[in-house]
Amino acid sequence: MENNNLIHLDNVERIYTVGETQVRALKGISHDIQKGDLMAIMGPSGSGKSTLMNIIGCLDRPTSGVYLLEGQEVSKMNKNQLAHIRNIRIGFVFQNFNLLARTTALENTELPLLYSDVSSKKAREMAMESLAQVGLEGREFHKTNQLSGGEMQRVAIARALVNSPSLLLADEPTGNLDTKTGNDIMAVLKKLNRDKNITIVLVTHDPEVAEAAEKTIFLRDGEIERIEINGNGKQ
Amino acid sequence: MNIVKTSKIALRALNRNKMRSFLTALGIIIGVGAVIAMVSIGQGARMEVEERFESMGTNLLTVRPGSRSYRGRSGGGGTYTNLKEADAQAILDSCDAVEYVSPSVNGRAQIVYQNKNWNTSIYGVGDNYPEIRNWPVEEGTFFTPSQVRSTQKVAVLGSEVTENLFEGADPIGQVIRINKNPFRVLGVLESKGESGGFFNRDDMIAVPYTTAQKRLLGIDHIQSIDVSAVSADRTNEARAQIEELLRIRHKLAPGAEDDFNVRDMADIAESASEATQILTILLGGIASISLLVGGIGIMNIMLVSVTERIREIGIRMSVGAKEKDILLQFLTEAIVLSVLGGFLGVVLGVGSSRLISHFAGMKTLVSLGAIVLAFVFSGSVGIFFGFYPARKASKLDPIEALRYE
Repeated sequence: MENNNLIHLDNVERIYTVGETQVRALKGISHDIQKGDLMAIMGPSGSGKSTLMNIIGCLDRPTSGVYLLEGQEVSKMNKNQLAHIRNIRIGFVFQNFNLLARTTALENTELPLLYSDVSSKKAREMAMESLAQVGLEGREFHKTNQLSGGEMQRVAIARALVNSPSLLLADEPTGNLDTKTGNDIMAVLKKLNRDKNITIVLVTHDPEVAEAAEKTIFLRDGEIERIEINGNGKQ
Repeated sequence: MNIVKTSKIALRALNRNKMRSFLTALGIIIGVGAVIAMVSIGQGARMEVEERFESMGTNLLTVRPGSRSYRGRSGGGGTYTNLKEADAQAILDSCDAVEYVSPSVNGRAQIVYQNKNWNTSIYGVGDNYPEIRNWPVEEGTFFTPSQVRSTQKVAVLGSEVTENLFEGADPIGQVIRINKNPFRVLGVLESKGESGGFFNRDDMIAVPYTTAQKRLLGIDHIQSIDVSAVSADRTNEARAQIEELLRIRHKLAPGAEDDFNVRDMADIAESASEATQILTILLGGIASISLLVGGIGIMNIMLVSVTERIREIGIRMSVGAKEKDILLQFLTEAIVLSVLGGFLGVVLGVGSSRLISHFAGMKTLVSLGAIVLAFVFSGSVGIFFGFYPARKASKLDPIEALRYE
C-alpha cells in the first residue's frame, strides 16, 4: 500500500509555561495531511493556529504527542536537526514577507540554498528558475525596496519553493496585500498546488482565503472544532 | 555551509552598512597603526643604540665604582667616591693588556660665549680620550698630558655646541665661559651625527678631568675610567688584570664583593638596549590599549547589529540556518572587520613611522615581527570580542526572532 501521508499528527500537545502558569495552546491535535493537499487552518486569535503552524513548520516541538513528517519522527529532534528539516522539506510564506532588506530578489530566493550543499552556481540557476515560476522574470536584480507588496510576496514564495520542499506553509499570505494582489497571490499558490502538486497549508482568518482550500480545519481553544470539505477543490 | 559562503554572507552584510563597518574598523585601524608606529620607534632607538656602541670600538672597557649589577644599577658613579685618579694611573702602569686610560667625570653646565648661552654636558676626560673613544679631533688639537696635569682651563667642543655658540665663526683660540670660568677652545671634535632624537652625542664639551674636578665639580674622586685594551681580543685579559689590580688597591678581602665593576662595550650595549627594549614594551603596551578599546568597539557594534537584525536572524533560521551558521556569520563579520582593520592599520602604522622618521628625525624600524604580531592580535581581538554577540545571535529562538519588531 502506498503511503500518501505527508503529515501525521497524533495527539499533539503544546504547553507553554509562563512564570508559574501553564498555557495549553494545543490540547491534543490528531490529523493527517496527504501529499498534494491544499488545506487551510482557521480559527480566532488564541485558538492555537500559529502554534500548530510553528509545529508543522518544525520551528517548534510539541510538548507531547507524535509528529511524523514523511514518515520521519520530528517531534524528538534537536534544534539543528529541525533546522535541517526546515531547510530541505519546508518553505515558509509570511504575512509580512520577511525578506532581507536592501537585498535583491535573487539573493533572497537563494537564501535557503546558502544553508545546503548546493554550489553557488547551481543555487543561482535554481533561484532564477524559482523566480520565473512565480512570474518574476526580469525582476531578479531588483532590491526588495524596489518591489511592490505583491512582488515581495512572490519573492517569498519563490524562496519557499527554491529547495523543492515537500510542504509550503503560508501564514496569512494575503494579510498585508490589497484584495486584487491578494487574489493574484492566491492564484499563484493554487496554480503551484495544481500543476506541481505541492502540498500547501494556509493559516488564515480570512474565509475568502480559506475558500481556496479543499479542506479547512477550524481550531478553537487548542482543539479541532470541525473540518469542512470545500466543493471547489481539485478533482 | 563552508567558509567561502559564510565570508560572502558576512561581506554582503558589512557592505550593506559601509559607514558603520568603517567606523567599527577604525578602532582597530588606529590600534594596530599605533602599535606598529610605537614599536617601530622603540626598535629604531634600540638599533641606534647598538650601532652607536659598535662605532665606539670593541676594545673599550669602562671601570665604574659600585658592584656589578645590571638591573639595579645606580645610574653612574655620582654616589660612589672610591675610584681615584691614582687607580687610573695604576691601571696604565701595571696592566700590560691596557693601551690607553682616561679618567672621567661628568656634569652639566651653562656655557656662555659673548651673548650666547648654551646648556650642555661637560665631559672631564684624559688626553687619550680621542683614541679610546675612536673620536678624532676635526679642527685644532686635543689637550696634552701636561695641560691635564696642570689643570688648565682648556676645552674641546662637540660640533653641536660649536654650531650653537659660534654659528660658523672659527672657535679655535676663543674663550668661552663654563659656569663663569673662562676656558680657551683648543679644537672641535668630529661630528658623530644625530642619534635617534633622544640625545645628541655632539652636544658636549670635553675638558681635562683634573680641571673639571677642581674648577667645575669640586670633587677629588673620578666617576669612571675609560680603558682601551691593546687589541679587541685582549679585552678579557685587560679586564682580569684591572679587576685583580683594583681589588689589591682597594684592599678587598678574598670573597668580598668588588666595589667597582669593569664592563666592556658588549655589556654596556646590552644594558642600553635593555633600556630601549623596556621603552619598546612601554610604547607598545600603551598602544595596545587602544587596540583593546577598538576591540570593545567591535563588540559594541556587533551587539547593536545583532539586536537590529533579529528579524534577519529569524528569517535565516526559518529557511534552515543552524545555530552554527548564525554563529559563524556574525563571528566572520567581526573577524573580517578586525582583519581588514588590521591590514589598514599596518598600512597606517608603516606610513606614520615613515613620517615620524622623516619629520621628527627619529630613527624607526618597522619589523616584520611587529606587523605579524599586530595582525594576529587584531584577528584575535575580532574573535574574542565577536564571539559573545555571535553566540547571542545563534541562541535566538526562531519563532520569537521572526515576530520581533
